[in-house]
Amino acid sequence: MSIRTEPMTVNIGPQHPSTHGVFRLRVTFDGEEIIEVEPIFGYLHRGTEKLAEERNYTQIVTLTDRLDYVSSMINNQAYCLAVEQLMGLEVPQRAKYLRTLTAELQRVASHLMGIGFFLQDLGTLGTPLMYAFRSREKILDLFEMLCGARITLSYSRPGGVFFDAPEDFWPALDQFLADFHSEFQELEQLVLENEIVMVRTRGVSLLPLDVAINGSVSGPTLRASGLGWDWRKMAPYDAYDRMEFDVPVATGGDNYDRFWVRIQEIHQSIRIVRQCIQQIEPGPTRADVPLVLRPEPGAEAYGRVEASKGELGFYLVSDGGISPYRCKIRSPSLMNLTVIEHLLVGWRLADMIVTLGSLDINLGEVDR
Amino acid sequence: MDCVLAPDNILHDTLLFRVIYEWVGQLLPCGLSYAVAGIAIMLLLVNGVLLGAGGFSWLERRLIGRFQNRVGPNRWGPFGALQPMADLFKLLFKEDLVPRGADRIVFTIVPVAMMAPVVLMMAVVPFAKDTALANLNVGVLYVLAVTSITSIAIFMAGWASDNRYALFGASRGVAVLISYEVPVVMSLLGVVLVAGSMALDDIVSAQTVPFLLVQPMAFFVFLAGTSAELNRTPFDLAEAESEIIAGYHIEYSGVKFALIQATEFGAVLTSSAVMVTLFLSGWSGPFSDYLGWAWFLLKIGVLAFIFSWVRATFPRLRIDQLLAFAWKFLLPLSIINLFATALEVYFLRNDAGMLTTNDLWLMAGINFGVAFACLLTFGTLIQDKVRPAKSLTAASLSSPEVG
Amino acid sequence: MYGIAMAKGLLVTLKNLTKKPFTVQYPEERLKQHPRFRGEEFVWYEERCTGCASCAKYCPLGIIKIVTTPSETAPAQGDKYKLELFDISIERCMFCGLCVEACPYDALFMGSGFEQGQYSRKGMVIDIDQLRNADKRPSAFFRPQLEDAGYDPQGGRPLDWQEVGRESWQWHEREKAGMKIARPVPSDLLADGPRVDSSFVEDSVPEPKATDGPAPAGDAE
Repeated sequence: MSIRTEPMTVNIGPQHPSTHGVFRLRVTFDGEEIIEVEPIFGYLHRGTEKLAEERNYTQIVTLTDRLDYVSSMINNQAYCLAVEQLMGLEVPQRAKYLRTLTAELQRVASHLMGIGFFLQDLGTLGTPLMYAFRSREKILDLFEMLCGARITLSYSRPGGVFFDAPEDFWPALDQFLADFHSEFQELEQLVLENEIVMVRTRGVSLLPLDVAINGSVSGPTLRASGLGWDWRKMAPYDAYDRMEFDVPVATGGDNYDRFWVRIQEIHQSIRIVRQCIQQIEPGPTRADVPLVLRPEPGAEAYGRVEASKGELGFYLVSDGGISPYRCKIRSPSLMNLTVIEHLLVGWRLADMIVTLGSLDINLGEVDR
Repeated sequence: MDCVLAPDNILHDTLLFRVIYEWVGQLLPCGLSYAVAGIAIMLLLVNGVLLGAGGFSWLERRLIGRFQNRVGPNRWGPFGALQPMADLFKLLFKEDLVPRGADRIVFTIVPVAMMAPVVLMMAVVPFAKDTALANLNVGVLYVLAVTSITSIAIFMAGWASDNRYALFGASRGVAVLISYEVPVVMSLLGVVLVAGSMALDDIVSAQTVPFLLVQPMAFFVFLAGTSAELNRTPFDLAEAESEIIAGYHIEYSGVKFALIQATEFGAVLTSSAVMVTLFLSGWSGPFSDYLGWAWFLLKIGVLAFIFSWVRATFPRLRIDQLLAFAWKFLLPLSIINLFATALEVYFLRNDAGMLTTNDLWLMAGINFGVAFACLLTFGTLIQDKVRPAKSLTAASLSSPEVG
Repeated sequence: MYGIAMAKGLLVTLKNLTKKPFTVQYPEERLKQHPRFRGEEFVWYEERCTGCASCAKYCPLGIIKIVTTPSETAPAQGDKYKLELFDISIERCMFCGLCVEACPYDALFMGSGFEQGQYSRKGMVIDIDQLRNADKRPSAFFRPQLEDAGYDPQGGRPLDWQEVGRESWQWHEREKAGMKIARPVPSDLLADGPRVDSSFVEDSVPEPKATDGPAPAGDAE
């Protein structure tokens, strides 16, 4: 005799502590096993692309802060690269270095948060998260020193960065780098080889490379599946062509690999920051750009960066006015979400939460 | 009226009860004073457990705060010690919601059903010399029987809440509780074998060497099993915060929620108390005739600290891994322990069937050897599941050319 | 062996038990705020303001409302518009600082507070009187002259309008020297550079016919 069972449909989200925002998944379970997944998003839709059509080119920088709100610096940079392409602006060297430096600091901050919440999803009581935040706070302090804000930075502007770093920024940065090593080592010791983390994440939610490529997956998620695709290497922007760094690549494509790639990227980012400090030279930090920009009618540009979550692109079309005719945002979180069904079906409820954490999506960017 | 408890009364050995009974008995009829003494003891027990739970909730939050390099509750009272009061009053004034589709009666019973085993468990634990509220001769069996009620309460909560998350939590909780009962019982058999009695008082007095040393594997199994039954990380599946939010008690609010929370914190204390009695030689220690309670509290504190420490450190296992841990690791471990202990007791006991202190030390040595061998064996068997992390080598890093 | 990494993790947390917490007990202790902090309670110097409404036009959210009337003072006494209304509705403000950046006369500064919570939305509008009477401790955001002077709005004294005067920086200097802005912005596009469509302020003034660059007029002095 067999027991009659029924599948059970559960809404995970939009109000759920582990959906990293207001993401919603309609999941059909057979017991604890997932048999069907339907992602639903749009709860945080603010119409950024449409709003951009009504702002002038500098004002849009403030909108980009609010896309992936844990890595505003990189969003600003991506947008400004697009505008600079559109206008044919030349960015001063020092600004390029400052952008590279801040983008890498922001990448560290964003990855720290990604790792922290990933481990939170694994069921730790916030200890790794607290350790991650301990370091992240210091990065935000540095940002406050630079541009007066901690999250919504608007530091990059078309033509450079809005202002040079204050004098006490450099000693503070050195202090941060000195402290960061031991703090991050603690986090690594706590979780990197932890047996429970291993059994929970090894071989779980595999993402084969072909599925990843077909799904336009990018960033650490793609690199964990075995392809060393990184725009900082493939098409270096700002000062990345003068930086020496490695691209961590894992081959398993499971949750642990995604987590591992992020940890290693933090090390590489710190390496880049150190090189920036060595190489940066005095000079202007912003090109001679008026407050209101007017590209030529019909001009188009696509600026892309390797953001902390993957390829972030801004496609701008100008009609000759002071605001873009069209601003299309290619957000990595949304693209990485396209493989979610492949990742989740067949795994369990507990794995689902962890997998979602390992993708490190940000709903500000998914819904835009 | 002078009431004197008959020597064959089950509560005759309970000093506190007898004192209250005889004192009240001077004023009231004997039957009534028997009831009054009983109620007084019950009030004492319930309030003791609840106060302890409140205190422990504060202590744990402070501790975990410090483990996480932050402060923890520090606003209300010295070092935030009145935080549990603030929590309690806040919860008292919250609306007591019952979901529309819920089974009202069952839903309402649950907090009490959950509280009961925690309080009842304390009834047989001796806090100090001759202070057990009831010195049952089947104390260990009683403890095990009473804790099993929890699984029913959890399932009642999950089923009555009419919530799918609660159902997940309940089914997980019941699976965990049922699985972990087995190794826990098996591990306690070893203790009973060595002590030669099931009464907790006798087990305490048998511990001339703490059973933690004599029965290391049993202690480990019992510790792991208890944390699973208490729903504490790394076994907190039934209320996995990040997965099913609060599990079986997701729909509870207000006073009911307060009770459930108090139960959870109180359960840690009472389980620690049982563990102290069984493995850490209970209230005995220097000056234990007078300071037995202090030793008892200190040992509970140490165990509670370990519980908090583990909770602050580890992530959570998955349900299949958790059950595999019980059936494939803890159960064999406890069976090996039981057989080893049985053989040792068979060969070492004297004519009266008793073990001397020297025998206990010898057993401790043997059992530590067995424990280490088991750990090595199981560790090797499990190794390929937990492959070590890759180190950052050239092979795993590539520097693709611009192409 | 199985369990070693877990033991290591336990040691890490135990080590942290003895460390000093890194958190700050907010109302009693405060983190050091940096001089560039973009905070609430805008600092506005009426003496420096000409009522040009650059800030209002540049605000991405259009939350600055300015109404001016022609002044009655003679040009010799410093000809400028008289301000009737200067409302900043900070309920929607996102503290991006673009208004401060746009101000050609260094009349508007960011503040450094962050504790302006209110129970009603009405209280969230800073009007001209509040701006006049506010404590004038300007943030150094986008104002290098304050930074160079080592001014810290947290500990420093209130500054009056003569002390916050602007220091010319790169493109202002070039403008003053009569240089055209070099590549890559074509000069014809720059012709109406500083004019912005503002979603809030109706632009009824006829287009000014500036010829050489954004060139805001020099300082009042």
